[in-house]
Amino acid sequence: MPERNKSKITQWWRKLNVRHSLGLPLILLVLTTVLYFILQPNITRSGTVSRLLTSNFRTWLPVILVTIGQAIVILGGGLDLSNGSIVSVGNVILALTVTTPDEPGKNILMVVVVIAFGLVAGLLNGFFTAYLGLQPVIITFASSFVYSGLALLLLPSPGGDIPREYTSVYRSTQFLGIPLALIIIVLVVLIWTFFRQRKYGRFLFAVGGNDKAAYTTGVPVTWMKISTYVISGLLASLAAISYSLLTGSGLSSSGDDMTLASITGSVLGGISMSGGAGSVIGAVFGGVILGNIRNIISTLKLDSWWRTLVNALLIVLVLAGPGFINLIRGKKK
Amino acid sequence: MNDNNIQTKKKFRISPPATALLIALVLFLLSGFLPNGFNDWASAIRQGMNILRLASFIAIIGAGQTLVIISGSEGIDLSAGSLVSVGALLTYILINGNNDLILPVLLLVIVTGGLVGLLNGLGIMYLKISPFVMTLGMAGVVQGAVILVTKGYYDGKVADIMTQIIARDLLPGIPGMIFVWIIIGVLMTLLLERTKYGKQLFAIGVNRMTARLSGVRVTRMVVLTYVIAGAMAAFAGFLLVGYTQNAGPNLGNQYLFPSIIAVAIGGTQMSGGKGSYFGTIAGAIVIQLITSLLTTMQLPQALQQIIFGSMLLGILVVYGRDKSLRD
Repeated sequence: MPERNKSKITQWWRKLNVRHSLGLPLILLVLTTVLYFILQPNITRSGTVSRLLTSNFRTWLPVILVTIGQAIVILGGGLDLSNGSIVSVGNVILALTVTTPDEPGKNILMVVVVIAFGLVAGLLNGFFTAYLGLQPVIITFASSFVYSGLALLLLPSPGGDIPREYTSVYRSTQFLGIPLALIIIVLVVLIWTFFRQRKYGRFLFAVGGNDKAAYTTGVPVTWMKISTYVISGLLASLAAISYSLLTGSGLSSSGDDMTLASITGSVLGGISMSGGAGSVIGAVFGGVILGNIRNIISTLKLDSWWRTLVNALLIVLVLAGPGFINLIRGKKK
Repeated sequence: MNDNNIQTKKKFRISPPATALLIALVLFLLSGFLPNGFNDWASAIRQGMNILRLASFIAIIGAGQTLVIISGSEGIDLSAGSLVSVGALLTYILINGNNDLILPVLLLVIVTGGLVGLLNGLGIMYLKISPFVMTLGMAGVVQGAVILVTKGYYDGKVADIMTQIIARDLLPGIPGMIFVWIIIGVLMTLLLERTKYGKQLFAIGVNRMTARLSGVRVTRMVVLTYVIAGAMAAFAGFLLVGYTQNAGPNLGNQYLFPSIIAVAIGGTQMSGGKGSYFGTIAGAIVIQLITSLLTTMQLPQALQQIIFGSMLLGILVVYGRDKSLRD
């Protein structure tokens, strides 16, 4: 009986690890989270964990959202270097227009405008890369220039003031002790899972794995690829909304760091850069791992000159981990 | 009849580097019509030389990038920008105005760049990390190391001979940098077209498996390519500081993506196996021309970015297209 149990666990682990490439991200997620909580003072006091979770997830939500978008683009065999600048544009639009809670109609309209911008920007990226068959790295980098230029044009210097009535809702809302940001993440993942388990998901993985084979079997490759960029644009606009609610102000370079973070987060979450392998839950894990690493470094009260190096070294080591294991295994054989 | 049609179609196809140079020429002539553009031949030549000199840095950083991209399998070197900064900082701090130290420091700069390239290559080939992520991570590590070592403070001076050769005119009207660039251009073209390394590089770029089966030592070739790319980037930093006369921890970052775009505009296929250094040279000139043109027009930074991005998109749409799935 225990043997059977054990084999069930191994089976479960194998499925998790091989089919969803979630094994390593899960280990890293648990490791970094445990390490982070151990390093916190007063961790045993009641309410501390809940408070930390709320503050962490509301800070991470923008990055996690763009990481999910990036993961979907990478799964489809592309890359989106413009998602950060789409966040910047959205943030700037909101900071400039949403200034008072007295005009809810106008504010809702502006949120719709931001989402529409994300969709259109994503559609443009998709048109250039998938429809015209251009290289995603170059195209999305070029389009990021256009978007970040637009953000700078609208808001040359930092400013804007989003009403506290809105930001406080984002900052402190909880349902049954679960922070709003976490609920949003779960919702996004659930919606994605719905599509993932249907034709769309199967097509996407086929396109990312081998687009020529997918094309010959009748998958609408171009449309599938375009859709991934549109989803990435949509999630970037949602990230812009949450970022604006988080900081309450506008900055034309607000999304700059998010682009590379979204790629690193995706890879940490087990998404293969060559497409067609990985899972979106992994991307969420990747985003949390990135946030944990940053938090651990800041709790360690490391000399600030060390921070960039330690952060980068940790990420490279984590990425190199599975390669090292395979290398040693290969030698033994 | 049909065959004839295909042939005539082929005849009218201009190669990407030639198209890029044509675009460059048109842009340059257009810049003459600007109110503060050039008025006579002398100032036109002066302005042209200046643009060529600025383009040379993009093109030399793009040299290593060209090799890495030709090597295929999503090859790209995102650590080039931070290596340029490292090369520039090492040169600036260690030479400190001393002419005798130029050669030893140059050697140190190239070895440092090569070592970082070696780590990139080993990580990509042995640990199977994708080039984009490996070199991106390495860029962070290098940047972090620079911040840690300098702690935000650095002091130094460029040697006089370097200033003479790189920043000033070597022949009347022609900056020394142009000659350095010509030498590198000739060497790169010979490397790609006339050596065994070049032939094997194109072979692994087209298909690593077939290259391996026909006796190319693929792993060694790829690692070597990243070593060369690292060394070239650091060397470019050495040259760049001779022109700017001042280094900074972020000096190289602004050159990273222009160097990649120069390679793409020059017709080198991003998926590998096809390309030339001549193309990268043409691409670098186009990018520098657009940048200079926008600066001369004195547009606000935001508009410059938007126009730069749109022009890039336009140029890439014209001839940067990959093979369609139907082919």
